[in-house]
Amino acid sequence: MSVKIKHFPGEEIETKDFREGKVLFESFRSKARYAWSAGIAVSRFLEELKNGRILASTCSKCGRIMVPPRIYCEKCFKPTDGWTYVKDTGIINTFSVSFIAADASRLKEPVVVAVIELDDASPGMGIVHWLGEYGDWREIKIGMRVQAVWKPPEERTGAITDIKYFKPLKE
Amino acid sequence: MDMFGKKRVAIVGAGVTLFRRNLKETGKELAYHAAKMALEQAGMELRDIQSVVMGSAPDAFDGVHMKGEYLADGAGAYHKPYMRVFVGGGTGVFAPIAGWWHVASGQFDTCLVVCEEKMSSCYPHPQYAFTTIFDPILERPIGMNLIWIFALEMNRYMHKHNIKKEDIALVSVKNKRNALDNPIAQLGANITVEDVLNSEIMAWPVQRLDVSPTSDGAAAVVLVSEDVAKEVTDNPIWIDGVGWCIDSTHWTNRDLYYPDYVEYAARMAYKMAGIKNPPKEIDVAEPYDPFDYKELHHMEGLLLCKKGEAPKLTKEGVTQRDGDLPICPSGGLLGCGNPIAAAGLMKVCEIFWQLRGEAGKRQVPGDPRTGLAQAWGDLMQYGSVIVLRR
Repeated sequence: MSVKIKHFPGEEIETKDFREGKVLFESFRSKARYAWSAGIAVSRFLEELKNGRILASTCSKCGRIMVPPRIYCEKCFKPTDGWTYVKDTGIINTFSVSFIAADASRLKEPVVVAVIELDDASPGMGIVHWLGEYGDWREIKIGMRVQAVWKPPEERTGAITDIKYFKPLKE
Repeated sequence: MDMFGKKRVAIVGAGVTLFRRNLKETGKELAYHAAKMALEQAGMELRDIQSVVMGSAPDAFDGVHMKGEYLADGAGAYHKPYMRVFVGGGTGVFAPIAGWWHVASGQFDTCLVVCEEKMSSCYPHPQYAFTTIFDPILERPIGMNLIWIFALEMNRYMHKHNIKKEDIALVSVKNKRNALDNPIAQLGANITVEDVLNSEIMAWPVQRLDVSPTSDGAAAVVLVSEDVAKEVTDNPIWIDGVGWCIDSTHWTNRDLYYPDYVEYAARMAYKMAGIKNPPKEIDVAEPYDPFDYKELHHMEGLLLCKKGEAPKLTKEGVTQRDGDLPICPSGGLLGCGNPIAAAGLMKVCEIFWQLRGEAGKRQVPGDPRTGLAQAWGDLMQYGSVIVLRR
């Protein structure tokens, strides 16, 4: 890229090399399994999802009500000192309408994911989840009010997916 | 702490390979080519180098874990003090910062910094390898992908300042056009705003032509102390400011419309370089632009303009190569391609060449004296900034 440099190295593999099978592929599936610890705070959060409630933790120094909950306040760097429930309603902070799957392949039907700012949590405190029952995705707006749609209690397993999705509230 | 270090540090050579979707060279071979070019431009040999810093972003892209060790030979680290730095997309500018402290500390007089990325090894798409960066308990069950979270950020940015997609698309138009003058570029093109707006939707509001491509490539720079610089060149480019900062992993608890961590990193670098009025004192900048909105977002975080003002400056032509504040004259990632860590270091190389007046058709007018490169990475949380002066 310097005028003093006349040659830039690099040779491309051509598309026909792929077509003609001249490129070696190797599939590797790791046999590693993981048992992640959800941790002290998020374990309690997951237990409460089974009960249809959203748990937050609080910091008495900065006054924040935090979701997802944690056992320390990263701003004050001290232990959080309380637990409280927040509502399962909130507003769409931002959203995206994805036409691609995790492997970047095309989806027939788009998936809508959003950051939901939950009511009673500190301003801007949100969790990421799907939207559902939204009709035409072009009608979704930032600031729209939404509410969690829960799985029936007997189907809940203590996972973030105990909430099926958030749906727009008719107002 | 003395922020200025013990010694002044200069860049005396730079090298970049072609950026392409599928290169025949291995990562080690690419690293070797870039390192060799940088040494040749510096008029130095590997035996003159006392330490080596390697930067490469996610291991999962090319399926080789502990990539620093794997790439060491190509990076010229044979029997030398060596370290890898790794802060996702921020790596390409953080690696020369790490090289800077090697030399500024007085520990070494010379340091070779090499960044490499080979994304095209991963099929069907490196996106998939990225799913493991999310929180395993709360985020992965949602099936997150990276384009989604950038779409979330872009949407928030557009909402907060009432920015239209056509104004953001101008960045992609500008950078792809700039890349036509760059011999390494993968995606130089003359496109229009309509082309961007009509391109396939990936994750609204992100469309195909809003995004940089998957690429392979490598870049390298040679850093030396002031004494060595005087011996090897009449034309050293000084690293006058460095800054870096990370934000919380709780990205759903942040307002994504503005990158605070970029501002903190920039303030650190400006303080060190004695810059009080960035838009006036910076002659040319290469903010990180893997997406078109990111160039605007980062111009604001770098205090090159007010919050929400970057689209207006772009529209007025201020950020064109011949504008008052040329932004990404190289063609950026949107035009050159995005081999992640190499792309960030390519920006440092471009500023180096711009300040030396060696950028050829890409040269910004007006005899630039001060330039800036910036990179961004991790879960939308990391900023690294470097200020260079002639």
